[in-house]
This record gives sequence, structure tokens and C-alpha cells, in this order.
Amino acid sequence: MDAVLELRKLSKSYANHQVAVSGVSLTIQQGEFFSLVGPSGCGKTTTLRLIAGFEEPTDGDVLLKGVSLRGLPPYARNVSTVFQNYALFPHMTVRENIEFGLRRKTQMRAAERQKRVADALEMVQLTGKESRRPAQLSGGERQRVALARSLVLEPDVLLLDEPLSALDPNLRKQVRSELKSLQRRVGITFLFITHDQEEALSLSDRIGVMNQGRLEQVGTPQDVYLRPRTRFVADFLGTVNWINGVGVRPEATRISYHPPGEGERAVPAVIESSLFLGNCLHVKTRLITGEPVVAQVSRLNGSYGCGETVHVWWHPQDEIICPQ
Amino acid sequence: MKLPAARLCLLPAAVLILLLFIAPLLIVCAYSLLSRGAYGGVGLPRSAESYTRLFDPLYASIFARSFAVAAISTALCLLLGFPLALFISRSGRRKNLYLALVILPFWTSFLVRTYAWMFLLRDTGLLNTLLLSLGIIREPLPLLYNYGAVILGLVYGYLPFMVLPIYATIERIDRSVIEAAADLGAKPWTTLTQIVVPLSAPGIAAGSVLVFIPCLGAYLTPDLLGGGKTILVGNLIQNQFTTARDWPFGSAVSLLLMALVMVLLLLIARRNQEGLL
Repeated sequence: MDAVLELRKLSKSYANHQVAVSGVSLTIQQGEFFSLVGPSGCGKTTTLRLIAGFEEPTDGDVLLKGVSLRGLPPYARNVSTVFQNYALFPHMTVRENIEFGLRRKTQMRAAERQKRVADALEMVQLTGKESRRPAQLSGGERQRVALARSLVLEPDVLLLDEPLSALDPNLRKQVRSELKSLQRRVGITFLFITHDQEEALSLSDRIGVMNQGRLEQVGTPQDVYLRPRTRFVADFLGTVNWINGVGVRPEATRISYHPPGEGERAVPAVIESSLFLGNCLHVKTRLITGEPVVAQVSRLNGSYGCGETVHVWWHPQDEIICPQ
Repeated sequence: MKLPAARLCLLPAAVLILLLFIAPLLIVCAYSLLSRGAYGGVGLPRSAESYTRLFDPLYASIFARSFAVAAISTALCLLLGFPLALFISRSGRRKNLYLALVILPFWTSFLVRTYAWMFLLRDTGLLNTLLLSLGIIREPLPLLYNYGAVILGLVYGYLPFMVLPIYATIERIDRSVIEAAADLGAKPWTTLTQIVVPLSAPGIAAGSVLVFIPCLGAYLTPDLLGGGKTILVGNLIQNQFTTARDWPFGSAVSLLLMALVMVLLLLIARRNQEGLL
């Protein structure tokens, strides 16, 4: 695989000495679905804006296919952005929106352009709606116009700034799977920005976790979820029970009335509450050492009553160990 | 009958409009259908003569000239006002300062400002004196008392009415839409003509109406800067009520001007489906 996008010690600070991005180095491979995740204000959107060219880095560089983008305006960079609010042109129809970028390529023939627009419309299933205006479309349709408008240009990297956050939760899950299959079909490298860890884990080939302008860890979803290198990464990607310095995810935490077998880690605890979630039970306990521990256990193993004394236990290989 | 409180709040405004707008308008309508009095004012018998006189080609040419002057002034205001509005909207923290500067001239009387232009433009004015003393010209340039001076005065006076509505619409344009255009490969000029100008169309329309209508009826500027050599509709009406002492005809001309403006507004409103006023 070839590197398509490379960030070299990319940094951005503002006039008031506020640091938005600090020394981010990252290589993204051709065809990869890469997600940058982190809480709001962690610098992920600024990183994306530095790549798109809306802002200039104070230090470091962005290389696209090995060529530095330093000083190049957004219109001269072969990357394209899907904005959080889609930023469709409200005075243009769906077709005009999708055509806009192609019309800037003056050497392209009209016939070629028409064909590409028709293909793009079909790809996002908007054929028949090409003469509507953005205001006449649903949220999901607008998002697909934004995608088509960028993909029709066949950018080296497609930058997506929380493109699912404006959709309602039911639609979001559906669009999420469509997005993944679309990326596989077109084979374009996606750089996806989100604060939703579930979205990142389910969509990405690799994930970069950002915190306070720094990239804390880069790896596959399994890497960052199961083997987080910092406590921040572990906590950001899901709930963790911290017991004597080691972390155990709720789904790896087990509960039983009898002490577990040899080789398992176990601590006696008292049940504080048990919530029935349909597919599982969400059990809150308190260890005799005083720490609260949450367990997500199968409902097939029976239910637990408040105040009952149990053993909380886990396999040693499920432990998350991060250097403090 | 009990009136809802909200409607009651509208009552003062309704009374004001009735007394100060509708009543005078009805008086003007009535005057236009009477005969002129010997020393000004109006008298009987009723007559439609004021309206038949309007068909005189002399008045048609005055109307045409007024429309031309107003149209040129509006076009110049747009040409100057749009870039200014765009500049202010991109000025970050200085925005409010620049907006205050645009509004600043309103703090002094329009009459005083028009006189100031006369002092700048006349033969012994600042501009001619300066050019003469620098030896650039030998004879003073005829800067005052012509259509150029009238248009200059109108553009100067009404520019803020163009800038402010355009500024308001440019400010409302989503920043990311402009970034999206650049992102899709549009150079700044293309973004301006394809995105910013179309999206500020409501402001351009509102500004043009706000400039065109007062320019059409202006009488002070053509009177002072045109020096009586440039008769526009405003001056015509003014003359009928003063020197000519023909109130019925003055009323008829006023009503015709108003009718033309209303037809124009209706045409614009029909073209602009969202409705602009």
C-alpha cells in the first residue's frame, strides 16, 4: 500500500497562544478508512481544516502523494470536504451542486461532465431528484448530495467532518453502513472526523485518538479499544472499571455467587442496582474496597437483587494496563 | 367588543399612519382634481385638466430624465456599495468601526452636507483651486451645476442605504458554503460571482429599491448641485407648489410619481417570489 496523505509534526496555534494542534504526525494509506476521534476541542476539526487548506499550519507540513501542500489555497488541493452542516449551495439545484466542482475543470468536456454527474447521482441514489433545491431535500438526502458533490471530483482524500452528527439517530446507523460500503466501492481514501467512538470503531480501518491537540494513539479499532496506550484513550472509547490500576471493560466483567476458578482475578462486591436492557443486564456493584464497578452481563445467567453479595471477576488477558 | 392586547398596541401606529399618511394622501388626491387658486391653493370647479396636462411631452422627458438619473445613481451605489459591504463583512473586529463610519454622515444634516459639496465643486472651490495651483489645469473645471454633480450628490447621500442591506445579507451567508466553493476548486473570483453575489441578491434588491425611490423623487440635491439647470420630477413638483402656484398640477405629478413607483415595486416583488418588502 502507498501512503496518500502524510502529516509531519503538524501544529497550529492562534494569536492568543491557544494551541489547537500540536505536533501531529500521521500517515494514511491509499484506500484507507481512517477516523480521527476525540472530544470536542481536541483539535480534530482544526487538523482537517489544515489539510483542506482553510487554515495554514504554524509549523509542520501536509504532504499529498508525497508533495507538500504548504501555501496552496483550498482550490488547488486535490482533497475534498464533506462539511458537518453539508454547506450545500442553497440557490442551486442538486445537479448544479454536483456539477459545481466539475465545471471548474475547464478542460473537461460537457459530455464527460454529464456522464460523471449521472453516475454520481446514481451512486448516492438521488436520480430523479436532480432539479430539487437543498431546502426541498431531507437531511439524509442533503448529506448524500454533499458526498456526491465531493466524490464526483475523485479527490485523493475525502475529508468528512462529522457528517452523521446532523442526522437523527435512526437514520445515522443506516447511513453509517451505507457510508462504509460506498467507501469500499469507490476506493477513495476517507479521513473521517467524529466524536462518536462507536461510529469510529465500526467504520474505520484505523483510528487516531486525539486529546488536547495531540495524537495519543493510532491503531486498528481492536488495537485502540483492547490495548489502549493511555488512560484517556481507554476511557474515551468506552466505559472502563479501574480496579487497583488495571482497567476492565464492563463486557469483560463477570459476576457470580461462587468464587471463580483458578487463575481468574476476583473481588467480592455488593450489588447496588441491576438494569434490564433487553439484550443484557447492566449491573452496578461496589467492591469491598469501595470502588464502583459496572458489569454488562448476559441475562441468561439469571438476575441479581440489590444488596446481594457476589464475586466480581475477569480473565487476566482482558485487563487494560496503561502506564500512568 | 373586547380588543386583544396585542392589537391594542398597534393602535398608536395605526392612528399615526391614518393622520400623517392616509389623510394627506387623500388631500393630495382631492387637490389634484380641483382648479388652481389665484394666489396658490385650490378652488372650484372640479377639473381633470391637471391630468390631461401630464401628457405633454415636456413632462414625459422630465420623468424620463429623472428615471435615468435615479437608475445611474442606483447602479453607481451598487458598484461602490457591494465591494464596500463585502470588505466590511470580512473585516473581523473592525466591522463595527467601519459600519459606524458608513452611518456617521447621518449625524449631520443632509442640507449641510450638500452645501459642503458645493464648496468643494464650485469654480473657486477646494478641488478647482487645488488643481489650478498645481498647474494641472488653467481654467476651472465645470464641476458644479450639471448632471454629474447631481448624480455625485445622490450617490454620496444614498450609498449607506445600499451598503447596509447588502452587508446584512452577506453576513448571513454561511461561512462554510464559501469554504465549500473553494474546496470544490473555485477560485476567489468564481466564488464571488457564483456564490456570494447570488446569495446576497435579496440585499442587492432591497438596497436598490431603497436608493432608487428617494433618488427618483429627490429635489434638494438636483436643486442645489444642479443649480436649477437640471429639472427633475422632484423640482417640478416643488415648483408647482411654490413659484408656479399650481397646486392641482403639483398634486397630479406627485400622484403619478407615486403610481409609477408602486408599479415598479409590484413588478420587483412579483419577480422576487419570496417577497422583498
